[in-house]
Amino acid sequence: MQERLKARARELLGDGVVTRVLGWKKGEFSYDITPAVFESAEELERDFVFDGFCGANLSKYLIQEASKPGKGKILVFLKPCDSYSYGELLKEHRIAKENVYAVGIPCEGMADADRIRARGIDGILGIEHEGEDFLVHTLYGDERVSVKEALAERCLSCKSKRHASCDELIGEEGEDVPDDVRFTEVARLEAMTPEERFEFWRGELSRCVRCNACRNVCPACSCENCVFDNPASGISQKAAADPFEENMYHIIRAFHVAGRCTDCGECSRVCPEHIPLHLLNRKFIKDIDELYGAYRAGESEDGKNPLVSYTEGDVEPSVVNERGRA
Amino acid sequence: MKYLPTARLDRFLEDAAKLRKIYVPVDGEQNRAAYRLWMPGTVVSKALNTTRSAKDFFFPQTENLVGFRRTEKKLEIVDPRRETEDFAVFGVRACDARSFSILDKVFLSDPADTYYANRRAHGLVLSVSCRRPAETCFCTAFGIDPSAPEGDVTFTDDGEGYYVRANSEKGEAFLESLSGVFDEADEAGEKEARAQTKRIADRLPLGTLPLEKFGGGKTKDLFDRPEWSSLSESCIGCGTCTFVCPTCQCYDIRDFDTGREVRRFRCWDSCMYSDFTKMAGGNPRLTQKERFRQRFMHKLVYFPENNGGEFGCVGCGRCLRACPIGMNIVKVLKTLAEDGNES
Ligand code: SF4
Ligand code: SF4
Ligand code: SF4
Ligand code: SF4
Repeated sequence: MQERLKARARELLGDGVVTRVLGWKKGEFSYDITPAVFESAEELERDFVFDGFCGANLSKYLIQEASKPGKGKILVFLKPCDSYSYGELLKEHRIAKENVYAVGIPCEGMADADRIRARGIDGILGIEHEGEDFLVHTLYGDERVSVKEALAERCLSCKSKRHASCDELIGEEGEDVPDDVRFTEVARLEAMTPEERFEFWRGELSRCVRCNACRNVCPACSCENCVFDNPASGISQKAAADPFEENMYHIIRAFHVAGRCTDCGECSRVCPEHIPLHLLNRKFIKDIDELYGAYRAGESEDGKNPLVSYTEGDVEPSVVNERGRA
Repeated sequence: MKYLPTARLDRFLEDAAKLRKIYVPVDGEQNRAAYRLWMPGTVVSKALNTTRSAKDFFFPQTENLVGFRRTEKKLEIVDPRRETEDFAVFGVRACDARSFSILDKVFLSDPADTYYANRRAHGLVLSVSCRRPAETCFCTAFGIDPSAPEGDVTFTDDGEGYYVRANSEKGEAFLESLSGVFDEADEAGEKEARAQTKRIADRLPLGTLPLEKFGGGKTKDLFDRPEWSSLSESCIGCGTCTFVCPTCQCYDIRDFDTGREVRRFRCWDSCMYSDFTKMAGGNPRLTQKERFRQRFMHKLVYFPENNGGEFGCVGCGRCLRACPIGMNIVKVLKTLAEDGNES
């Protein structure tokens, strides 16, 4: 697949359809891949990579990259989940679509080095894909781990292999994946008593260092100046001083992306403290599905999200009481 | 030379906890380890290192500096400082142990930061040698020996226990008062345990780095290198690298009006943030490129320039694991050490 992507990128660069390519650049080890802009066939040849560790969602970079004056069109490779983020950003008019050439690419799931480490494998020097397994070369000898065991959580509960909003596809278009495991963890939290649930979230959020990685990586967090960074907002914070502030940042963020979060999973991927942030967003997704009918943010560039449109059939706010405190 | 078999670690901690609070690394989910107060039953983590660094003990993320309270026509100044209790941190690796001496250079140089100094005076560092360094470790590149960490007391791990050696008067006194739990040992065992660690450290993929082009006096060579653009282009400015870093030392000071008093506090800041250098006249670092460059120039050029050549990175590798986009000091260093105009 990597070679196909490279070849297509070379073609589109050569034909002058695009002037730049947004893709992934290989790192020191197999897992530390960096999003990068490639401007020539030589650069692509030298550094472009596409393999099971290209988790980083490139769509948010388009806000900037597609608005550089006089820079022409940029080619971007989008995995299915990334394409929903792209679709949502288009819908919100955050990306100049005419400057983007979006190529949908198939995805078998992306691995997470920390899941490999969690199996007690350390000193990872390199990782090779061998059929169903990863062969992991380490400082302490070779180890084998099945690809499935190394997959990121979000990939184990992938919502769809079908793309949204792409100009072209490489490979066969995929299909939606049934939601049979995606909401299991949310349902588990819903079944808790409010006290248990509060304890669960306090335990998780108390580890937050307020590094802002979750916010900065999030394609739905595209405000030019976040309230938490704006001294004039009255609630700007650089660190959470107490549990209230720890909760507040996350509650505000979750509410602000509700109805716009595509469940791309980037927030949980980047959190250095492994806080399962996706569960907050998924609770909103589940509620929206249940209260307003199935809705998938980013699926289409038009239409309105149910939280910002009014229809007569909308649930009344009192639904909160009817549903209890879940 | 003393020896503490692993089986007796708990007894050691129990006795030590009677003398002062003692913090140890404990496991969290997904390979995450964090320092926690030791209590009977606490299981000490076997993880190589904690997710957050040990600098939190001496330079916490937030801290109140002073309060102002107005009563009638008088302004009262409230000093929130309390005498910190004595405490000890067990399990500090060589990289973090060295980070304290780097922070000391910043906070203890004249005029000393009394908040930091107070914690340093009350803290005891019990460091432990590494037996299974990770691929992301490059302490050795900065001349740090993972087999012989600094600290008040060094515990050299031989797989079955620790050779224990005091390096300071404070450490000496601490060991004296606990002498009952240790066996006597000779230095040969410690030497062998160190050699085992060294054999692994010698194979670290990032264990030697091309540092010749960095250090004091290199500002002119490096500041305008064109590579800064491509290195920084995908940085999302999150600041994760600075928050997990044991040597990042920048903070912001702000006032918080509680309604009854104004509290002046400080909290960690990050050069990666857009308002880091904001001042009345504007902001000299307008794009992420300048902010990004600052972090690495500080560690690799400005810090050594002002501190007798010592680099401001200890090679703990935390930023290599934590950066959402896989960018880090090693990639910066290697890229800038390549070609470029030799001037
Ligand atoms: S990425 Fe994690 S630690 Fe950082 S602000 Fe978000 S939740 Fe907190
Ligand atoms: S820059 Fe990175 S490797 Fe160096 S001390 Fe900081 S976190 Fe550790
Ligand atoms: S960087 Fe060196 S001292 Fe730190 S954990 Fe790794 S091997 Fe140990
Ligand atoms: S280098 Fe990485 S961790 Fe640091 S601010 Fe940039 S994206 Fe965040």
